Amino acid sequence: MFNRDTWQEIFLTIRKNKLRTVLSGFTVSLGILIFVGLVGMTNGLQNTFEYFFSQDATNVIYLFPGRTSMPYKGYKSLRQIEFENDDLEDIKKNFSMFVDYISPRIFRSALVKYKEESNNYTTIGVDWGQQFAEKTIMMKGRYINQEDVKNRTKNVAIGRLVEKDLFGTNNSMGQFIDVGGSVFKVIGVFQDDGGDNEERQIYMPYTTRQLIEKNTDKINQIVIGFKEELGYTGAMAFERSLEKYLKDKKYINPEDQNGIFIRNVADQLKQNQDFAGVLAIIAALVAFGTIIAGIIGISNIMVYVVKERTKEIGIRKAIGATPRAVISTILLESIFITTISGFLGMIIGMALLSTLGDKLMDDYFILNPGIGTGLAISATLLLILFGSLAGYIPAKRAAKIKPIVALSDE
Amino acid sequence: MIEIKNLHKSYKMGSNALHVLKGIDFNVDDGELVAIMGSSGSGKSTLLNIIGMLDVADEGEYILDGIPIKNLNETKAANYRNKFLGFIFQSFNLINYKTALENVALPLYYQRMPRKQRQEKAMKYLDQVGLKEWSHHLPSELSGGQKQRVAIARAMVAEPKVLLADELTGALDSTTSYEVMDLIQKINDLGNTILVVTHEVDIAHMCKRIVYLKDGVIIKDEKVKQVKALAHV
Repeated sequence: MFNRDTWQEIFLTIRKNKLRTVLSGFTVSLGILIFVGLVGMTNGLQNTFEYFFSQDATNVIYLFPGRTSMPYKGYKSLRQIEFENDDLEDIKKNFSMFVDYISPRIFRSALVKYKEESNNYTTIGVDWGQQFAEKTIMMKGRYINQEDVKNRTKNVAIGRLVEKDLFGTNNSMGQFIDVGGSVFKVIGVFQDDGGDNEERQIYMPYTTRQLIEKNTDKINQIVIGFKEELGYTGAMAFERSLEKYLKDKKYINPEDQNGIFIRNVADQLKQNQDFAGVLAIIAALVAFGTIIAGIIGISNIMVYVVKERTKEIGIRKAIGATPRAVISTILLESIFITTISGFLGMIIGMALLSTLGDKLMDDYFILNPGIGTGLAISATLLLILFGSLAGYIPAKRAAKIKPIVALSDE
Repeated sequence: MIEIKNLHKSYKMGSNALHVLKGIDFNVDDGELVAIMGSSGSGKSTLLNIIGMLDVADEGEYILDGIPIKNLNETKAANYRNKFLGFIFQSFNLINYKTALENVALPLYYQRMPRKQRQEKAMKYLDQVGLKEWSHHLPSELSGGQKQRVAIARAMVAEPKVLLADELTGALDSTTSYEVMDLIQKINDLGNTILVVTHEVDIAHMCKRIVYLKDGVIIKDEKVKQVKALAHV
């Protein structure tokens, strides 16, 4: 079966029947190529989801104040809700078993100056917990801490790009900068995977910000980091009771959707993971369908090839080809073509995917698409196996053809 | 060389059975050139197919060179065909994507003869049929007579005991037919046993013996004076 002569005979047949070879090879290559492409793109999409959610902590709930849309307990609708310092304390007290950390976020834009350089930046008044919510990474110095908040210090942690803008190559640590008319000391420089915008921010103690603004106790938003062991269901339960508690405290109609907005990252993550999971299933089905289509394609071609070669098989049998010789010639030819073109399609597919990298990130949310080599090889082998099987059935039938029948088949 | 006793063959045509061969008794000696003549439907091709092991008889005995041919499986029949028989068909039946040389060498491939040896041998037989210069041409580049000569070389290359020719001149004009028959006669003169199925009287008379078949039985079996084909060319 594997002697040199058999292969020479097969190569000759392949060489002399280029169209047939190219057609069947193309079907297999295309099948594998599409399979690899689809699976790779789906993986790329999942990479993107993971990438987005890896930038911030996922065990986080954001609270945003809104404007009521329903009258309640003597209050008119369209009332602006505001969070205050005692909300932080109340949440800490009432939900101590859920809450890991809590931080307000007071956003203010400010003109920031250092010597000759100046620029506008977003400053955020925060507590220490914000660092964990944003997964802020300190490059130098430290973040805002409890002492800063308690003593209302004029310390700031600045983003990497703020330092670059204002200080150039000089070290900013311990230097004093003018933030909206007040002088602050730089105690830390941070970086953030969230991108350039997040590295153009300045963090200061929220209490200091409140002091500057006539000792107010208003805060913009609240970030709550809940304990990770809560899991998804725990987080959802926490979100529900927190919403109920705050609506009650702020006199908001329980039915009112607009008084307070809650963004639960765990819920979003779950939704996105579900979405990505569904996409992966759909893509897997389509990819599997492609393999099936490839198998059907190669089967059809094999049936056609055998049909086309009926007379040739009859001649070969008349001059002494055994059924075994007939089957092995047809089968080896089919295995040879499917193997070569299958792996060719696989390699082309994988090469194409690897050149993509993050090129499709901005427009299609596909990051580093790729496919596991094991999966790609298994799919290719599957196609080769079924392609051969598909070749075996007509080959076996061909071997049974009576030479006289085949020869009279003009 | 060939001994046939009481050979019967019928084909099922729906519910009816068509009795094609109704008891054939027939012997061929070594070195004979026999024509089997008959009109279409007389059973001559069926007889040839049975002798050629392309078909099996329902009843009767067939002994080829002392070997009883019966209960053959496909593989064994293929091996016997390869070793004992050479076929020449009306429509040449060359493989169209193989050159003349490759076509001639093919029976030797199935004998597992090494490539070089089989090409040498195939070339020798191509030379014998006068087509040495055409060895690397495809069948589509050859004339009908040349194709048939390639087919004859292919039939002879395995040095079979018997050559079987089914209407070998059926697709050729008369001049070419005589050329081919001249070749057949020469091969016969070398001692090869040849069976020719034909319905053409002049072709039959170029053989040494004519067996007349009608409605599945032999009606006449006579030795004739061979007409040399060369005289007509």
